[in-house]
Amino acid sequence: MTPAPSGSLLAATGLRKAYGPTTALDGADFSVHPGEIVAVMGPSGSGKSTLLHCLAGIIRPDAGSVRYGARKLSELSDAERSALRRGEFGFVFQFGQLVPELTCVENVALPLRLGGVRRKEAEQQAMRWLERLEVAGVRGKRPGEVSGGQGQRVAVARALVTTPRVIFADEPTGALDSLNGERVMELLTEAARDTRAAVVLVTHEARVAAYSDREVVVRDGRARDMAGARL
Amino acid sequence: MTAHNDGTGNDSTGNNGAGNDGTRSDGSGREGRAPRPGHGPADRPAGPSGPAAWLRDLLMGARFTATGGREGLVRAALTALAVGLGVAVLAIAASVPQLLDARDQRTTSRSVFPAGADIPPDDQPRKGAGTLLYQHAATDFRDRLVDGAILRPEGPGAPVPPGVAALPGPGEMVVSPALGRLLASDEGKLLSERFRHRTVGTIGDAGLIGPDELFFYLGSDRITQGGGVVRIDGFGSSQDGPVDPRIVVLAAMVCVVLLLPVAVLIGTAVRFGGEGRERRLAALRLVGAGIASTRRIAAGEALCGALLGLLAGAGIFLFVRGFAPHVVIRDVGVFPADVTPAPVLAALIAVAVPALAVAVTLFALRGVAAEPLGAVREAPVRRRRLWWRLLIPAAGLALLAPGVLQTRGALVFGPAFAGSGQTVLAAAGAALLLTGIATLLPWLVQVCVARLRGGPPAWQLATRRLQANSGPAARAVAGITVAVAGAVAVQMMVSGMRGGYEGPPGTVASHSQLQAQYRPGTPDELRAHTEAFRATPGVRDAVAFVEQYAESGKGPGRKVTTVHVAGCATLSRLAKLDSCRDGDVFVAQEKGGDVNTAKWFPPGTELVMDGFEEAKAQGVPAYRWTVPRTARVVETRTAPAGEDTYGILATPSAIDARAIPDARTTVLARVDPADRDDAIERFRNTAAAIDPGMRVWRRGGVVKEDHFAAVEEGLTTGGVGVLVLVGLSLLVATVEQLRGRRRALSVLVACGTNRSTLAWSVLWQTAIPVVLGLALATAGGLGLGRLMLALVGEPVRDWSAFVPLVGAGAAVIVAVTLLALPTLWRLTRPESMRTE
Amino acid sequence: MSIGHTLLALLESGPRHGYDLKRAFDARFGHDRPLHYGQVYATMSRLLKNGLVEVDGVEQGDGPERKRYAITDAGVTDVAHWLAQPEKPEPYLQSVLYTKVVVALLTGRDADGLLDAQRAEHLRLMRELTRRKTGGDLADQLICDHALFHLEADLRWLEMTAARLDQLATAVRS
Repeated sequence: MTPAPSGSLLAATGLRKAYGPTTALDGADFSVHPGEIVAVMGPSGSGKSTLLHCLAGIIRPDAGSVRYGARKLSELSDAERSALRRGEFGFVFQFGQLVPELTCVENVALPLRLGGVRRKEAEQQAMRWLERLEVAGVRGKRPGEVSGGQGQRVAVARALVTTPRVIFADEPTGALDSLNGERVMELLTEAARDTRAAVVLVTHEARVAAYSDREVVVRDGRARDMAGARL
Repeated sequence: MTAHNDGTGNDSTGNNGAGNDGTRSDGSGREGRAPRPGHGPADRPAGPSGPAAWLRDLLMGARFTATGGREGLVRAALTALAVGLGVAVLAIAASVPQLLDARDQRTTSRSVFPAGADIPPDDQPRKGAGTLLYQHAATDFRDRLVDGAILRPEGPGAPVPPGVAALPGPGEMVVSPALGRLLASDEGKLLSERFRHRTVGTIGDAGLIGPDELFFYLGSDRITQGGGVVRIDGFGSSQDGPVDPRIVVLAAMVCVVLLLPVAVLIGTAVRFGGEGRERRLAALRLVGAGIASTRRIAAGEALCGALLGLLAGAGIFLFVRGFAPHVVIRDVGVFPADVTPAPVLAALIAVAVPALAVAVTLFALRGVAAEPLGAVREAPVRRRRLWWRLLIPAAGLALLAPGVLQTRGALVFGPAFAGSGQTVLAAAGAALLLTGIATLLPWLVQVCVARLRGGPPAWQLATRRLQANSGPAARAVAGITVAVAGAVAVQMMVSGMRGGYEGPPGTVASHSQLQAQYRPGTPDELRAHTEAFRATPGVRDAVAFVEQYAESGKGPGRKVTTVHVAGCATLSRLAKLDSCRDGDVFVAQEKGGDVNTAKWFPPGTELVMDGFEEAKAQGVPAYRWTVPRTARVVETRTAPAGEDTYGILATPSAIDARAIPDARTTVLARVDPADRDDAIERFRNTAAAIDPGMRVWRRGGVVKEDHFAAVEEGLTTGGVGVLVLVGLSLLVATVEQLRGRRRALSVLVACGTNRSTLAWSVLWQTAIPVVLGLALATAGGLGLGRLMLALVGEPVRDWSAFVPLVGAGAAVIVAVTLLALPTLWRLTRPESMRTE
Repeated sequence: MSIGHTLLALLESGPRHGYDLKRAFDARFGHDRPLHYGQVYATMSRLLKNGLVEVDGVEQGDGPERKRYAITDAGVTDVAHWLAQPEKPEPYLQSVLYTKVVVALLTGRDADGLLDAQRAEHLRLMRELTRRKTGGDLADQLICDHALFHLEADLRWLEMTAARLDQLATAVRS
């Protein structure tokens, strides 16, 4: 709606993205400040996830730009964006994000190891996060052997292990019951506030969105800041 | 995205199809016989039962093969192609007996007596209107055999060889089409000088072994019975000489080596798309199909794939058969028509392949319960058991052991192994050992992989993946294992046995040296022939002498040397003679040679010169002769053929050369190396002019196929083919596995994993089982090769037979990884992250 | 629920008799509870007193005397203000919100914006409750949860309504 406010950590302007004839984003703007938790809401197919993927540099928008700090994502190479995602961003998805063959602690340690941290050290750090997320007990189990709530906490631990500056969470509680979902949200937001990480939280659940500081609704491929809707 | 769509597409067709049929199936399965009260036949049609239900389920399964959308079609095509390749290999293998039989028949129908048998004149037919004088005549041209015979009819009813319309008259000849073309070409100009006869006809296919065989019949009015010329009253001999049993064992092993991987391939191919199938079956269960019914549907799907594969296989077979003329067995290509599977074997293939497909599918479903809400795999990975896997190779060893123990230490292929029963035992033992290697592999992979820890992320991803489920990879690699183990063993055997044929190393003479042999000549003839050879352009040097082996003493202490008979001029070329007159005898001692002729055969030694087996059988008496006391010990010279001719040298007056049984004239010659190939042919021309029956051979440098080369080539071709097939199934297994993990993969990429890391993990994932398989195959192959060589009493000459095949295996790893990369790239494209 | 604002909004399309107003109201909003005429009369007198409506004319007929009411400028502003002001998020808002949406559609105002504003207000409260919950004891948590679930239900209703606004507009205007 408005040009990216100054002081924002991650800002997008005029994002457009179409998949074939379907337009997912049609000139969407977005910005998030350091340490801010922004909920992205909207009906299914409104382009929430596409917005998140564009913001995280997973996909390239057809038009518009995404700025992270002083860098423009569109000007980075694939490898540089990969490195960015590995080091500065963390991800939590709804399901299926853990590598089924690796144990939970190995899954959490993976981003560190991909970044070149030695195995022992990476797994020690991973253990600290598993403890913090109250799932230290499943460290040696494989994702298929743990409950949905435990798995999601492991995924949150994985997203946090690199102490990212932005955490992207796409329906992080979508597959969980209310109690588990809320606990995961509490742990996620708490950890994010502690580390001053910004969170982009895609959800269609109001109670999940209620953990945010601010709400953005994506409708018809455009993002509306709900702060502006308050008269 | 595609798979997702397809998944729903499949599901919806499944639902649609089963919505109609599935309900009925339910009815037939459980209620068909006793309709539930209140559900009369009017409002609920009774489903078919018994065979009809079977047929319906099978057909439904078959329909799924075709209705899977684009991906389904690709999968069906891949299955058909892979099964087809397997079927084609099977069909070709099944054609081999027929092919050999056909070639044998062609050979025997034109040959006159059992090969190698010298029929005494008394046993030959009496001269009459229906007889023919026949002399086998063969020559080489550019190291290729030009085979044929000289014919002299003795009456109007003389037999005509197969494929020939009319006997050639004197000075005339009939030739095979290939020989006719060669003679007419520039390339065959030198050869045409050898064939002065006028070509009056062409030999038809019935008289030839292969389309490119060089064969001729010369007409003559001069040959007379005896000395290789036989009288016959018809063509066609009863039987060929027995095939070397070693080659039978080899051929059996080659078959095992080729066919086991084919079985593995077909087994893998019908499981392509296994996950999709499980999803479909789950959807069918949801709408009420019974377990038995889903199994039948799965069987129908597999059957359909197998039948498509059979069709494809027939097509591939017919296509490949067209190349038969290029397949050269013993110098001669193959008539495509001869490549026809034996009817029994063809029927067996047609039944066995679908049966295997169904069996494999049902076996694969064993661990999977297609429950209504999705395929449930048995959660814990079962530990593979070792004992029964060891049982198979142990049984193989048990079969091989007696033969090995019996022949151990024997220098020659002992009689212990001559029986066909032994051959079967050895082949069965080898097959069991190879199969055992294949069944050991999954266990080995599981055990080894379980111990792998740590390493960089790519390695960790790969090892963990294999730890979770190494079955598909191990199964696909089992094919490689059998192929490589068998190939290594055969390669070792081939080099070991062929080494035995080639003679001790170090004696290979220069490639421009020639030797010829023919009937014993008179001193005048020898002189004239020597002159003729020396006058031939390109021939540098030539000597001719009559020779025969001679023995002194009896029993174990007896010694053998050679007696050479020629004029002084020739003898002085063989040894350093200070003087020579007719009547002189010399004992030629090779200076520094390892045979002490002067010591073992001093002047005064009594020598016995005996004929070969046939002459002995005919009662030709041995010739006894004493080295005269006046004989002088002299030093040898190097003969034109590059070797020193040591032994007894005698001038014609000193010995009655005509009384020596089975004596022969030997010509040793050397040609100009610069003009070697043509000079050799001119030498042969001269030889043919002297005696068409003269045998001429080169002392070295001949590039020629032998039985072993044929086995080796077949093995190489087959081995490469099998590796390609195995690579294909490995590729499909890898791609399927990647598909199944698309979500995890794209999340990894989203989290910033470099694609190269994923690519490396795919490489490791392929490489680990393949390397383990190759290691097992190499060990097993070397062991088996060692055993088989021990069995045939040959030493190991080449321990490095595995190197090229291991190299090929490595190439398969790389190729599979590279070919899987596009799928990996596609699956990890950001678009595949979309789940909404 | 504010009958006064609703009747005012109905007058925006043109002056009406009191009886007409009752019928129009009943047709759109009085599905389970039609207005008593007395209620209309009382409400109109209050609006008249506040200067939000004026009497446009009186018809003498067979029956009782019939006043025709028209909306004043102050009345229009009052309706606009009412629509723009998000309701305090509390349980059972549905009827008020529904009325507001229909009124906005009827009077050609921005129903979307109305819903968005309400949504933001709901979420603001939810955030507050969530914060209170995270810091509180079990009793706090349970109490907050109750409220949160109700608010969430309302929010869902808001979303559903927003998604079907076009449909509703057609239905209302027909």
